[in-house]
Amino acid sequence: MSTRTGGTPPGATRQRVALRLRVDPVACDAYGFCAELLPERITLDEWGYPIVDGTPVDPSLLALATRAAAECPRRAILLEQVRTAG
Amino acid sequence: MTAMTLDATGRLLAGPAGNGSSSDLATHLATHGPLTLPGRDHGQWRMGMLRAVTDSGLLGRGGGGFPSGAKWDAVQRTSRRPILVVNAMEGEPASAKDRVLLAYAPHLVLDGAEVAATVVGAREIAICVADHNDATAFSIEAAIAERGHLGGSRFTTTVHRPPDRYVSGEESALVSWLNDRLALPVLRVDKSVPLQVGRRPAMVHNAETLAQVALIARHGPAWFRRQGTQEAPGSTLVTVTGAVRYPGVLEVELGTPVIDILDRAGADAALSGVLVGGYGGSWLGPSHVATPFAPAALAAVGSTHGVGILIALPAGSCGIAETARIVRYMAGQSAGQCGPCVFGLPAIAEDLEQLWSGRADSSVIDRIRSRSDAVDGRGACRHPDGVVRLVRSALSVFGDDARAHAEGHPCTGHGAPTVLTLPSGPPAVRGGTATKAQRRAS
Amino acid sequence: MLAITSTTIWYTMRATGIVALVLLTGTMVLGLLTAGRTASPTWPGFARADLHKRVSLLAMVFLALHVLTAVLDTYVHVGWAAIIVPFASPYRPLWTGLGTVGVDLMVAVAVSSALRQRISARTWRGIHWLAYGSWPVAMAHSLGMGTDASAVWMDTLAGLCTAAVVGALVWRISDHRRSRDRAALVGATTRATPLPPTTRAAQPVGIVTSGVGPRSSSTATRLLEKERP
Repeated sequence: MSTRTGGTPPGATRQRVALRLRVDPVACDAYGFCAELLPERITLDEWGYPIVDGTPVDPSLLALATRAAAECPRRAILLEQVRTAG
Repeated sequence: MTAMTLDATGRLLAGPAGNGSSSDLATHLATHGPLTLPGRDHGQWRMGMLRAVTDSGLLGRGGGGFPSGAKWDAVQRTSRRPILVVNAMEGEPASAKDRVLLAYAPHLVLDGAEVAATVVGAREIAICVADHNDATAFSIEAAIAERGHLGGSRFTTTVHRPPDRYVSGEESALVSWLNDRLALPVLRVDKSVPLQVGRRPAMVHNAETLAQVALIARHGPAWFRRQGTQEAPGSTLVTVTGAVRYPGVLEVELGTPVIDILDRAGADAALSGVLVGGYGGSWLGPSHVATPFAPAALAAVGSTHGVGILIALPAGSCGIAETARIVRYMAGQSAGQCGPCVFGLPAIAEDLEQLWSGRADSSVIDRIRSRSDAVDGRGACRHPDGVVRLVRSALSVFGDDARAHAEGHPCTGHGAPTVLTLPSGPPAVRGGTATKAQRRAS
Repeated sequence: MLAITSTTIWYTMRATGIVALVLLTGTMVLGLLTAGRTASPTWPGFARADLHKRVSLLAMVFLALHVLTAVLDTYVHVGWAAIIVPFASPYRPLWTGLGTVGVDLMVAVAVSSALRQRISARTWRGIHWLAYGSWPVAMAHSLGMGTDASAVWMDTLAGLCTAAVVGALVWRISDHRRSRDRAALVGATTRATPLPPTTRAAQPVGIVTSGVGPRSSSTATRLLEKERP
């Protein structure tokens, strides 16, 4: 039995867990708090509804993204995991 | 002379015509032959039938075009006993194929439903017919009763009557209605997770798809593949309306050029365009009318297959006016759950109406495009996506007319009576559009 | 050394009560302003909501002190039960009871907000609407108790608080009406432009075969004719 000191086993792809933002359009009622908190990722269309950038969230913006999800009065902003092959 | 038979492509619509009882069980068996289901849930038979449907390459005929074999495979893997939902809602106003099929060959649909239910292990079959469509409900109920008289069926078949709105026939809205009597689409992040009626996974199939299954069960996948194309085999029902002498429902081989289908219905020689796939589909320009009627070929010219619908727009009609009417109708048919659809579709309708009337400013076409981009894909269901597709195709196919309108000159078809039909009366905004808009105001 | 005399408790009760009332007024005004969607870059909506929450927490703190001192106070007998059971106080049951009702409502709102992630959005909203009831109840309690009610400064304070809440309420209702009118325009399907009249366009009459016109499947035709509008 071989011993390994750690790291990825040979042949396996490393997976990074990324977080991305998503809006539930049914729950959303255009409060706009999410866009105020995270304008880097969320902009509002002409009717006040959020257009969410679905790419993985930068670690530097993670705190704000979490807050945006928590502050939504309708809990319409979701921060969810998406697995990407590393 | 023998009774008029359908031409060589007749499969679903095969059978005698002209007599009043063409939809009864005896005629059905005489036309199509018997179909015996295994007495008990026979595992080998089920696997064999699953393989047959998969090998046949049957695609759903309800507009989604999803491979039926793959759908069955996914559902029969679930641990709970599923329920089969037969979608005969026919929400597209320009479609009559499901109505005609259920009036003419209800037993084919029921055969297919029983085959599908047996394979996936369902015992309940829920047939959904729009609440205003009493004729179709009557027909299918009569067929069910006829079978019932022959002896008990191991299936419980119920006919349901959801409300007649455009989105009611959408898969998740239909299942939602079966659950709590509200036909509202549900946001589905992962489509491989099946919808549920109560605690049971639901398998939703268009009525025509099941009729095709009934034929595959009798004649096999190789027979099925003798018609159609490699990627879209078999025949399909198409509703042809508009500038044609004989509007109605045809059965055609998939891959038939669009113009050939239109000719069979006696289309005008000069057309300004063809609406393919319904009001959530797209326009096809006159230069592309020879395109084969099949998903891949239509996608290659920027069109969509959608539900089997062809509407011929005669030369001398205004495609912009027709599109404006459709978009206004579709805006009213929104389920009213998502802001971009509730606010965006009426805004686009407003722009198109201004464009048609020549009252628009020069930036209206850009505004329509940017609003379409803003609305596309931002709802819980694909309703706004369909409208956007239609609008984009209209700006492409009727681009010259659009520019003329924008500059204030009426096009050649300006003022001509419109051709497309919309359901009469104001759309029932039952707590839909108003609710979201009011919720936003509160 | 500060002696916690009966007088201290008495004055503390009154003071914390008044402060709690002012903070509750602030909470109400901020809550009304947040519900209407008029955010500005300098005064964003999430900040307003955040301030509303923090002010309400502060109000709860002062309310807790007020309730505690009221019960501990020996000058009048209120009793522990009166904290949550309305009208259970031997001393001035009606006005004290109103205070209790206010406490109950505010505690319900606070608990539901703490458990917000666990309960449905509709439940949370329903309970939060009870908050609208807590302010008038608190105001009535303050004035009805009469301890300071006759003093000019107290009347002035009560007047200002009332003006603030009424003003915010009026603004909120007019804002709601404005949004609702705009929404009604969207929801209505009246066309701005009359489009050309529809011909009595042909409805599908049945099944079509090649070149010979419609095949009369009388069943199908009959059924389709029956349902044509």
